[in-house]
Amino acid sequence: MELVDQHIKEIMEGCKERARAVGLRFPDETLEYIVTNRDLLELSPKLMIPTLYDYWVHDVDVLKEKGKYELYPVNPYETVINTRPAISFYNDNNPDWLNVMIFYHVLAHIDFFQNNLFFRHTWDYDFTGQALSDKRLIARLRSEHGRWLDYVIEFVRGIDNLVGYYHDLSHLNHTSEATWSKRVNFYFDVFIQTINKLKIHEYVKEIDRYNDCMKKYEELGEELFFSEVDLKYPEFKEVFRKSLEKKPERKADLIELLIECSQFLNKDENEWMKSVLQVVRNTSLFFQPQIRTKIMNEGWASYWHETLFMQDDRIEGHEVEFARVHAGVTSMPRVGMNPYALGMHLFYYIEELVEKGRYSLEFRRISDARRREKFDAGTGQGRDFIFKIRENYCDFMFINTFLEQDFITRKKLFVAGRRLNKDKKVYEYYIKSRKIEDYRKTVLDSLYHPPNIEIDLDKNKNNTLYLNHHFEERPLVKEFITNTMIGIEYLWGGPVQLETSEFVSASPSTGQSYYSVGLPSAQEAGKEPTGEWQRVLYTMENRKLSRKTI
Amino acid sequence: MDPRLLRYFNTIKERGLEPDREKRILVELEDGRVHERPCESPDVGKARPNRFLRASDNPYEYSDPFVLQAMQVHRGSYTSGLQSIDELLERDNQREKDGFPRKIRVGRLIKPGKGGKGKIVVVPTTVEEKFIHDMSFDPSDDEPVAGGSGEGEEGEIVGEQPVHEEGGPGSGPGEGGGEPHEMESSAYDLGKILSEQFELPNIKDKGKKRFLSRYTYEMTDKNPGVGQFLDKKATLRKIVETNISLGNLPDPGDIDPSRFLISPKDKIYRILSREKAYESQAMVFFLRDYSGSMEGKPTQLVVSQHVLIYSWLLYEYARQVESRFILHDTEATEVPDFYTYYNSKVAGGTRVSSAFRLVNEIVEKENLARDYNIYIFHGTDGDDWDTGGKEALPELKKILAYSNRVGITIAEHTYGASTSTEVERYIKDSGLLERHPDLLRLDVIREDAAETRLIEGIKKLIS
Repeated sequence: MELVDQHIKEIMEGCKERARAVGLRFPDETLEYIVTNRDLLELSPKLMIPTLYDYWVHDVDVLKEKGKYELYPVNPYETVINTRPAISFYNDNNPDWLNVMIFYHVLAHIDFFQNNLFFRHTWDYDFTGQALSDKRLIARLRSEHGRWLDYVIEFVRGIDNLVGYYHDLSHLNHTSEATWSKRVNFYFDVFIQTINKLKIHEYVKEIDRYNDCMKKYEELGEELFFSEVDLKYPEFKEVFRKSLEKKPERKADLIELLIECSQFLNKDENEWMKSVLQVVRNTSLFFQPQIRTKIMNEGWASYWHETLFMQDDRIEGHEVEFARVHAGVTSMPRVGMNPYALGMHLFYYIEELVEKGRYSLEFRRISDARRREKFDAGTGQGRDFIFKIRENYCDFMFINTFLEQDFITRKKLFVAGRRLNKDKKVYEYYIKSRKIEDYRKTVLDSLYHPPNIEIDLDKNKNNTLYLNHHFEERPLVKEFITNTMIGIEYLWGGPVQLETSEFVSASPSTGQSYYSVGLPSAQEAGKEPTGEWQRVLYTMENRKLSRKTI
Repeated sequence: MDPRLLRYFNTIKERGLEPDREKRILVELEDGRVHERPCESPDVGKARPNRFLRASDNPYEYSDPFVLQAMQVHRGSYTSGLQSIDELLERDNQREKDGFPRKIRVGRLIKPGKGGKGKIVVVPTTVEEKFIHDMSFDPSDDEPVAGGSGEGEEGEIVGEQPVHEEGGPGSGPGEGGGEPHEMESSAYDLGKILSEQFELPNIKDKGKKRFLSRYTYEMTDKNPGVGQFLDKKATLRKIVETNISLGNLPDPGDIDPSRFLISPKDKIYRILSREKAYESQAMVFFLRDYSGSMEGKPTQLVVSQHVLIYSWLLYEYARQVESRFILHDTEATEVPDFYTYYNSKVAGGTRVSSAFRLVNEIVEKENLARDYNIYIFHGTDGDDWDTGGKEALPELKKILAYSNRVGITIAEHTYGASTSTEVERYIKDSGLLERHPDLLRLDVIREDAAETRLIEGIKKLIS
């Protein structure tokens, strides 16, 4: 692994100038490395972060059949990693024109990493440096604690998809709340909303009254406002005082909770484990935004490598070669979904619509198809708009908001179904639907979505950790429950309970084991689903799992 | 006939050739065969008519290095990935003792072998359990759906895929490591048996310093102006240098840092660098003559001997030994893995020097002599167009200058038994064996030798 030579670096610098000129924003400095296959072999289990901590599972063949990206929630091999400065990896025999294309792609990725708000928490530090010190820490702990260190890593990794990513993010993007006093905040946010349950017009009236008081009496305004409140709700003072005594409720994620409250981890001899938990949690948090912006990120990068490459004056004569590679990257497969293509075409489509002013009431009111087709308000704001999208959206919002029937029709997209043809012994793929609702659902269903599991502190009795899996019409993978819960029990130092939903079918189960590879034939016959959802409670105590229906 | 070969033939003919050697050379010269490898499975090579290729409908399976740069991430074999499978199983045993369920599944993969015979290969796998949604579950609609694009009415069939396409159990996508993987696995098992039963002498016991070819990533490289973190000491030194050369530091006894001029290039940063982890190690070159005359027994012998050595190294030095494979006829070529090395068929002429030269080139180009103990094992039938080793000997001498051991195995044809072979003769005549008894070993075996003889041969080569 070595830095690229001056010739290639010069090409990169040229790309940076041109990319800046169209509005992409990224730091001046980047590092480009040439990697060999051998490097890739070593880097890929470490998610291309060369300094990631060592862990034996990285060395073993890992079963990744079912729900693989749910288990490994990262784009495993990115060409560019989100570090300061950003690091990207290249083949050493790329022709110059191809490097130009890849550099634009990489620069757009860097722009995305460093401007999309879902990456906010990664902006202030360099992950490779952080990972290196973590790696040294892990290595030191391994020399001190041997295999127990690996157990702890294993157990924390078992819950590292449940990190409170959005919660952390919301703190970072929070505007300051210091302008109002605690009393005002409590009154408006909690007291009259959740305790007294005022109707909306009454609530608005209170706000008006508050604003009036502040305007008229300035400093004394608040006191006056509350003197009237005291008359109206004599209990307010007491409720407010009590609320101050209560510790501010903070929604900790499972790993944080373990660090703070686990009796086992807080024993002196186990203190070291907490830093392992922290390392795994930070690593997971670092990768969270990447998997939540795959379609956008690749779409954005493809949009720009196409746009910028075509404008580049240095590559004349390589248009055809570019076209071949680019088409390979951004073609829609007959069956399947290519995030590069979907994202890129959607960005172009949105840009065009905004450019023509079609996200407007005026356009939506038109029902005449011909007039709709001709509608063009010439706003000239298309590009600004997609820059805003790259800043504020993630995949879910992007697909949910902008994927629409016109786009599906224009790009000839469809939902493909698969059915068994018994006579020919083949699976047939057929066009199942060309409706936006179905297509959108298919795309959204394919997005990464970890289960929503909350810690229910109210049911947390006798040092029993109670986890509540909110029902989202999918069960958890059953085979994984035992080992995951053994891990949590170990870290918690007490019994662990998990409430979840399971589908109990009325007919004998055809449940297929995770480890059996191959396709079940019995399930394909298109049987009517029979059965019902049940809430069940798993309890892990002394490494024994029991299950009961609630 | 290759004109280059013909020219070469004429040169050596001018140097003088015995009639029966000329005959043998001519046989090889006129040999029309090419080096090919047997089909990996009976299916390969047969065209699959109208096979429907389905792209992934999971957006996360696409990634830049593959899509943009067509990079290949080879899956490492587990033997090179881990110190040893025993360590892995040991770890699993320990888990049970510690009260946790075992985690490593020793999977059996059935690989379609040559001639339809399946082979069972043992592969350890594991999975990281988490709470995740069961994506395959859908009670309302048991028909999987995916995205798609293109022409067609709703209801129209766009493609077909055979139900039983995946082959034997366990060979799903991602598991299709193919034969090379299997080669390593069985070689590993063989090596284990060898080490246990025959007590081959250890290279390690020679007390050589071994360098491991593993890498770690550190931040030791310095880079002015930009990088991951500031090297404060180096930066300050650089600033002082700059200021001295600017004449901005008149009195070294009284330095006022606030007056320093700092240029952006004065900032010295640390950046990522790949460092060798110096634990141990060696590089082993396997050289095989795959010329036309090697057909039959000699190739079998040479190859089996190299399998034995390779297996043993793989077992004994799991990831501490790196192997390189070179095949030669009149030209030498490096092949990427043992599988190719093992299976390439014989054809063409013989020029031992080409292989030696390639080794020299590789060693020189990659500067291997500095970091590695270099071992070279060469297998041939002793036939060489190069009379008297005029080209081979100088190359061999070069090799002896840096290598730790060169082991040459000559598998003699029975028909040439009366006189010693060309290679044997010129090596013995050169006196290199006497001058470097520790570095160069020669083992001559008859082509009808048994396996025990091969093991003895290895002992002779590496003792």
